Amino acid sequence: MDDSLQRIEYDLVVIGGGTAGPMAAVTAKLRNPALKVLLLEKADVHRSGAICMGMDGLNNAVIPGHATPEQYVREITVANDGIVEQSSLLAYAERSSGMIRQLDGWGVQFQKTGSGDYDVRKVHHLGEYVLPMPQGHNVKKILYRQLKRARVEIENRYQATRLLKDADGRIAGVFAVSTRTEQTLLIKTGAVILATGAAGRLGLPASGYLFGTYENPTNSGDGHAMAYHAGAELANLECFQINPLIKDYNGPACAYVTSPLGGYTANAHGQRFIRCDYWSGQMMLEFHHELEGGNGPVFLKLDHLAEDTIAEIERVLHTNERPSRGRFHERRGTDYREQMVEMHISEIGFCSGHSASGIWIDRHGRTTVPGLYAAGDAASVPHNYMLGAFVYGAICGESAIDDLAAGRAGTPDEDEIAAEFERANQALRVADGIPPGQMEYKIRRLVNDYLQPPKITRKMQIGLERFEEIREELPGLSAADPHERLRALEVHSILDCAEMAARASLYRQESRWGLYHLRVDHPQRDDDNWFAHSMLYKDAQGRMVSRKRPVEPYVIPIEERERDAYRRLRVEVGAAH
Amino acid sequence: MPITVNRVSVPVVVDDEKCIADKGCRVCIEVCPLDVLRINPASGKAHMRYDECWYCLPCEKDCPTGAVTVNIPYLLR
Ligand SMILES: Cc1cc2nc3c(=O)[nH]c(=O)nc-3n(C[C@H](O)[C@H](O)[C@H](O)COP(=O)(O)OP(=O)(O)OC[C@H]3O[C@@H](n4cnc5c(N)ncnc54)[C@H](O)[C@@H]3O)c2cc1C
Ligand code: SF4
Ligand code: SF4
Repeated sequence: MDDSLQRIEYDLVVIGGGTAGPMAAVTAKLRNPALKVLLLEKADVHRSGAICMGMDGLNNAVIPGHATPEQYVREITVANDGIVEQSSLLAYAERSSGMIRQLDGWGVQFQKTGSGDYDVRKVHHLGEYVLPMPQGHNVKKILYRQLKRARVEIENRYQATRLLKDADGRIAGVFAVSTRTEQTLLIKTGAVILATGAAGRLGLPASGYLFGTYENPTNSGDGHAMAYHAGAELANLECFQINPLIKDYNGPACAYVTSPLGGYTANAHGQRFIRCDYWSGQMMLEFHHELEGGNGPVFLKLDHLAEDTIAEIERVLHTNERPSRGRFHERRGTDYREQMVEMHISEIGFCSGHSASGIWIDRHGRTTVPGLYAAGDAASVPHNYMLGAFVYGAICGESAIDDLAAGRAGTPDEDEIAAEFERANQALRVADGIPPGQMEYKIRRLVNDYLQPPKITRKMQIGLERFEEIREELPGLSAADPHERLRALEVHSILDCAEMAARASLYRQESRWGLYHLRVDHPQRDDDNWFAHSMLYKDAQGRMVSRKRPVEPYVIPIEERERDAYRRLRVEVGAAH
Repeated sequence: MPITVNRVSVPVVVDDEKCIADKGCRVCIEVCPLDVLRINPASGKAHMRYDECWYCLPCEKDCPTGAVTVNIPYLLR
């Protein structure tokens, strides 16, 4: 190790400055202003993460008068085929409206009715939870102001690559690399909050671009990989994220914006085929059937709506969140008034925000490793979306500060630091080798070929063999500059996530969550053997293994008539519209 | 194995007349989440250095002189 390794020290490090991360850092700093809090971001906190251009609405607002926490917990339990930790859903639901008020107080604008109430809309199967944010383009600006006010220290353009532990197995440090210089960073710390978002560069979009993913592509699964290597357990990874999207553009079609205004998902005949546009594995399975069947492909239908409704939809969808979609439609000559918008399904990923898999946390945001917390799309609380990222960011900030008061980690292991220094710099030393983009393409093509549902056992086994071959090729990655080193280290994470996706999928020998875990050779749901979380982790010998974790007894009972609500999504022929 | 460079069409266009990078501006480079913009050593103006765009638009929205245009990448059109 040479001068390029700089050593610094903080009480708490938050990794990822997108949505959950800034909330975690601000909450922690406000709870104990005397502590030193660092927010580490691979991009720049001004414009980072899934909400870099703002957001057009809350998908899961639990606001008194519109929905109760109990009702929300029931809805999400049913939508996830029962495999949920209800106490962590409830912890979210109970703080949901308080968080909306806090954000409102900071200047985030939510849609209100004439009488000043939040204007909540119905998209879910059972309750009302969607709150539009037509002025939601400035969320990042507002978060940045709060970070400055709370005096959180920020390091932009640093990629965290590994978590380091002390002799007792507590989190004691973070290793990071600059994305623009050859510098590396060793941060000694007492606690780490992972807010690194989804693993969004797992499947390969058909477009031909590695970065044309549904998710923000800086979210390459580094957090999932870091948690795994630190010994944390990851939950239900086989419950992949697969989203409906605008074909080719690969961004959300935004049924949540259009559905309350009368838009809907239709087949080639313009007919509705699902009762509700709320995303669940079952909904995606119906979508998949329609796409592949004689009535496909699938479209977003708006052409029956009134002119001012369409103008409103355009205003929201083309200025917020993924504003380039207006440009995409314009070039193709797609006018919502005249044509339906062709839709498709996304590549696979891990994302609890829209689905259910991630680094296991309890209702306090604690992972299974002392001193390590996780929030947002990277953590395991299902269907958390943006508001869940904020709420669990806050919960993690509070827990980390309270736990720090009770005890601290020792120093990180020097051998681990030296090993990570070598791994982090390896690609810079290889002149003739494999450029990161090429290796990434190969891994992600294999992910599509072998892991994309419907899942087939033998195919997934072949996929694993290929991933193992690629793992041996990792030292041959070549980086021409620090930017390519960033990409090379992302390739390491992507490969780890691909292996996790395959092993988790092989472990659960049943089908569940509709399309997300549809195993052709185990086509039935098997509650007798598999009504459990699957937990993937690194064992003492360094092997990737899984175990079952019982579903904790429900705190909110589910009535018989509710249990199958999400299984009866298909509209019967003749009953459409 | 040896390495070569292929030519590709990239989506981000910078109007060199409007770009004020010579006055020290680096806004688009700083805000890009994918970190794919740099100063072009030949012109001294911003340009797209790596073909890794999410067509997310912060570069265009935050440029103080309106010099940046993000097109939809060719393969997606
Ligand atoms: C296109 C799109 C549309 C959506 N629409 C809605 C909606 O309408 N309503 C809604 O409620 N939700 C919506 N969501 C979901 C919501 O945006 C996410 O659930 C939420 O923003 C996730 O927050 P996060 O903090 O987990 O991740 P992010 O906000 O993505 O932040 C993760 C951050 O971690 C950084 N990072 C990653 N790896 C590293 C590393 N190794 N070192 C340092 N930093 C790192 C990334 O650069 C990024 O800034 C949408 C998501 C997408 C992608
Ligand atoms: S933000 Fe605009 S003016 Fe500034 S460097 Fe970029 S293109 Fe040039
Ligand atoms: S559109 Fe987004 S990813 Fe592309 S250059 Fe601009 S800021 Fe970067």
